[in-house]
Amino acid sequence: MRSVRIAHIASNTFREAVRDRVLYNLIAFAVLMSGAAILVGQISIGIERLVVINLGLTAVSLFGMVIAIFIGIGLVSKEIEKRTLYTVLSRPVQRWEFIVGKFFGLVGTLVVNTFFMAIGVFVALLWVSRRFQMADGWVLVALYFIVLQFLIITALALLFSSFSSPLLSAVFAFSLFVIGSFAEDLRGFAAMAQGAARWLATGTAYLVPNFSTLNVVSSVAHGQPVAAQLVFSNTLYALVYAGMAVSGAVLIFEHRNLK
Amino acid sequence: MKPSRPVTVTASVLLAVCMLASVLILRRLDHMRRGATLQEVLYLSSPKVLKRLSLGYDGLLADIYWTRAVQYFGGKHFAGAQSYDLLAPLLEITTALDPHLTVAYEFGANFLAPKPPNGAGMPERAIQLAEYGIRSNPDDWHLYYNLGFIYYMELRDYSHAADAFARGAAVPSAHPFLRIMAAQMAQHSGERRMAQMMWATTYQSTQDPNVRANAVTHLRALQVDEDVTNLERLVSRYREQAGHLPSSFSDLQAVDLLAAIPTDPTGHTYKLMPDGHVEVRVPDDLPFIQKGVPPGYKPPPPKFLPSD
Repeated sequence: MRSVRIAHIASNTFREAVRDRVLYNLIAFAVLMSGAAILVGQISIGIERLVVINLGLTAVSLFGMVIAIFIGIGLVSKEIEKRTLYTVLSRPVQRWEFIVGKFFGLVGTLVVNTFFMAIGVFVALLWVSRRFQMADGWVLVALYFIVLQFLIITALALLFSSFSSPLLSAVFAFSLFVIGSFAEDLRGFAAMAQGAARWLATGTAYLVPNFSTLNVVSSVAHGQPVAAQLVFSNTLYALVYAGMAVSGAVLIFEHRNLK
Repeated sequence: MKPSRPVTVTASVLLAVCMLASVLILRRLDHMRRGATLQEVLYLSSPKVLKRLSLGYDGLLADIYWTRAVQYFGGKHFAGAQSYDLLAPLLEITTALDPHLTVAYEFGANFLAPKPPNGAGMPERAIQLAEYGIRSNPDDWHLYYNLGFIYYMELRDYSHAADAFARGAAVPSAHPFLRIMAAQMAQHSGERRMAQMMWATTYQSTQDPNVRANAVTHLRALQVDEDVTNLERLVSRYREQAGHLPSSFSDLQAVDLLAAIPTDPTGHTYKLMPDGHVEVRVPDDLPFIQKGVPPGYKPPPPKFLPSD
């Protein structure tokens, strides 16, 4: 019964995102990909396939991140502002179900969005290469890792949305995305530091999401394989991290005074 | 509320007029500030900083910098420039962002090495780039070949060229010519034949139509150089036998020194000059030739790519 209620909230979140014309970004993506596929061969040398993969996957990732942050930050606050939250919570829906449903709704939107963009990437790839290669299969792994990034950033946006204003939530989520992209450097910095600074830097490096481990765009563009162990570990990491952020959101929202 | 028709029409006209006017004004501004817009600037020259700023999307940034390097070289080359100050930094940034972008080493080193206007005249930077490419991609034999090519073609450094080819020959799946080249380079015998072998290898080892066209152009030039040398030797022999220079190639045919009227690789017959020299008829079709060029000939502006 609970899962049905969560599914209802998730499907409503998805429908709302579609009504908000979120999927319009697919048009911009289509223009970007077709433009790149046609133009790059004329202005550069020998990188048509690389550009389609690099540009396509970067665009999938960045478009999705922007959607995750800007929709995610309003998931709770918008419901409170429009007072629709009270209607939902007056029914037999628990607060945690609302948060989890919202999370799955936005993740579902991003997965659908990524699916259509992936089709665009492969069509462009076919256009420039005339045929698929075995190595193109690794692009699917890179897309899967991008979806894992969305899980994390959506959970974080939801976490911030549960206690902060949309503007601050956007700043926090975007900052964590940037810091998370520097996670490897933070580790390096921690290794070089001494004393308390070392502990602080190490703690920060482990606390912020590590987006760099989920980014294999450059290597798959060169057809380099991705180890099964990395796929497994990344999956586990993203699920655990998203679980942690959603739990935090639930915890805050459960104790929040909504009056 | 129904939209007001006069407002719609006025706003539409205003939109179109303002758009057109802004384009025209911008064109005028570009014209006024030509020097400013065409300045050679590399705002961020540190590959490390750029890699950090890319937020992990360094592959795409490398593609952008590679395209910028191609455009920079193409634009300068087309204008017959004598200096290419930004080329080496652009290539270094590109390859630091994506060390596996082998196309940037292969083409980039060949942009850097030749003397202007065919290149930047920086063979040392080309060698640094090629060596960095080899360190990053030790299993790609093309990069060793490219390095040997630069040592031989630009520096005439036989021992380093032989070393590069020998290192390349040790790579699994390397082209079999590499071993032969390493041996011949060690003896540094028969330079023209060596050059022919290198360009033939270049032609065979790539699918890129521009590289292939470039290789064909060089092979034709080498053929012309060989033909002209041989024909002028025959003219000298005729002069020794007859006591005077031949007036045409028919004179050489008449004494069985030539079987037929010789033609260059583009199908045009060679010209025998009154002083006994041999020239090509259409030098524009045969860039890179060193022999048979009419005196005072000025080559046309270089093409960006041989297939242009």
